[in-house]
Amino acid sequence: MPEQRVIDADELILKTERQRKFITGAQAMAEAVKRANVDIAIAYPITPQSEVMHLVGDIWAQGYLRDYYRAEEEYGAMSAIAGAVRGGARAFSATSGPGLLRGLEAIASWPGHRIPVVLGVLTRVVNAPLSIQPDNVEISYLLNCGMVVLHAENQQDVFDFTLAGFVISEKVDVYIPVAVCTEGFFVTHAKGYVNMTPEDLKLPPRDPYKAPVPPTDCEIPPARIQRDAPVQKSNFMSYLIHAVWQQEIWSSNRRAMKYINHYLGGPIEVVNEDAEVFIVASGCAAAQGREAVRYANMEGLNVGLVKVKSIRPFPEKQIRQVLSNAKAIIVPEHNIVGWLAKEVKACIPNSDAVIGGPRVYGGMTLPVELIMEKVYDAFGIKKSKKVVV
Amino acid sequence: MPAEIVPGPSGYIPTPAVFEEVELSPPGYGLYLGQIVDELTAMREAARAMLTRRNPTIFPGPKILWGWNAHAMEEAKAILELSAEIPNCRIIPMPDYRPKYPKIDPEAEINPNHPNLTILHNKIEACIFVGVHCHYANLSLRMIRAGTNCFTIALCGELGHEDAMVSIRDLTPEKIRRFKEVLIEVREELGIHHSPTPPPENPSLPQEDFQTLSVLDYGEYSYLLLPRKDEQVTDTE
Repeated sequence: MPEQRVIDADELILKTERQRKFITGAQAMAEAVKRANVDIAIAYPITPQSEVMHLVGDIWAQGYLRDYYRAEEEYGAMSAIAGAVRGGARAFSATSGPGLLRGLEAIASWPGHRIPVVLGVLTRVVNAPLSIQPDNVEISYLLNCGMVVLHAENQQDVFDFTLAGFVISEKVDVYIPVAVCTEGFFVTHAKGYVNMTPEDLKLPPRDPYKAPVPPTDCEIPPARIQRDAPVQKSNFMSYLIHAVWQQEIWSSNRRAMKYINHYLGGPIEVVNEDAEVFIVASGCAAAQGREAVRYANMEGLNVGLVKVKSIRPFPEKQIRQVLSNAKAIIVPEHNIVGWLAKEVKACIPNSDAVIGGPRVYGGMTLPVELIMEKVYDAFGIKKSKKVVV
Repeated sequence: MPAEIVPGPSGYIPTPAVFEEVELSPPGYGLYLGQIVDELTAMREAARAMLTRRNPTIFPGPKILWGWNAHAMEEAKAILELSAEIPNCRIIPMPDYRPKYPKIDPEAEINPNHPNLTILHNKIEACIFVGVHCHYANLSLRMIRAGTNCFTIALCGELGHEDAMVSIRDLTPEKIRRFKEVLIEVREELGIHHSPTPPPENPSLPQEDFQTLSVLDYGEYSYLLLPRKDEQVTDTE
């Protein structure tokens, strides 16, 4: 293990010279953890997440993390993460599909308990029958937890979002978990070029006293298993306490936007902002959308792309502004429910302009030609040839 | 355009200031009624409220009450100096954040789970939160705005509070003392004659004899005290 020097977060993320490597998404996530001065990683293996946590285990063995263990299952893993973070540690975990749902009760309690942590979500099918294939329907289960949800398009995003995720989650006015989601296999097991910060530099350690809540004293008895006592109705206790608590979590979620602007260049990326027809996509559907824009432009069609990096907080204002003159909005997705299309429809006045699809799921790939069929439909161009398997 | 954050009662359920586009102020600035203003303006408006509204009260939180460090002790001293300059000022602590059942003593303390009880019982129309962790301060500030007409002031060691009528960030003992000077200036402008008077003893708290004081005297708060070196704590919850 090389000697690592602590450096200011802004310096590390925004200013250091980067080195280009050709690595998988799983490697990119582990490389970000390596540079994040993480104290502890806890997880339970599940495909395709196991590749990430295997690599994090490797860097623990090399001395980059202070502790690492496999929990009994995901509920235990996510509960243990909460304990470690309450005690002042910087922690990392990752999971996939059914594992995410198994840990979801604990995960959904993280924001309310003010647990700043980064959770890698390497998506896969969650439905029966059992399958390990790519599908990102599980992200829809995270949308109402209160946590920050970022969706990475490629290996570079995975590195950037994971490293910045630790910094954003620990900001005093945010202090809620950050989920870094990306498609299993399509990104985690495929290689791409990643510009990485130097290996010998790392984030400053977590300061648990710079927080909107007191850290839990894990050493001096009486040991406390949670910071916040239940708030129950009584004659002198208002239901309002839980309401304002929930408001505080969603206020914190919104406050994260300024840090997303600062560290990630904003919650969306726009290609060809004067387009007539837009493709709005997140995750690796954005990569296919980017390619569809190239195809369309080669054919002289004025098509643009809105890549959504931040699903929570959702960039309503920014999307509304970009799409204000769009004649049609195509939302390709890797799931059957179309959670992104619903989000987009909800934030623009002309929701009829949204074409919810194409959607692929259950492990199917998303051919660019499938998106192009929707593009032709949007421009009223008749094509007889259809994409078939 | 950010909403104006004014004293309540704002209604059955408050809308958080963040949802109404109020943003925390940058360093060197404060918030007054949800708008970003220079720090001096924020201090002057806070002073005016504490000098002109009924039953001004300071709520010190655990970061000052239980902060076993020189910074917290200095802040505590500065808060006492500030309180002495405000006519009829009281100090009611927020010693911890746990809900108290069946009911707190509203003269003895304020609690973030039902801060309105203390505000309403004591008819407090202007207050200062200081040394309260941001999460719990935000809960309190929002509930107070929902159900009372109290003008809230947040003196915050971190980034400030959108739901307070006045928010001052990056608090230090020096900044508290600067606020005290501004308050004296505003008091003179208002023609209020006052010589420094310490706030009254809290009527609900027993007098402490520091010669014989033991951890057990702190009752349910004793767990907050650190054991002395080599002291063995055998009792656990």
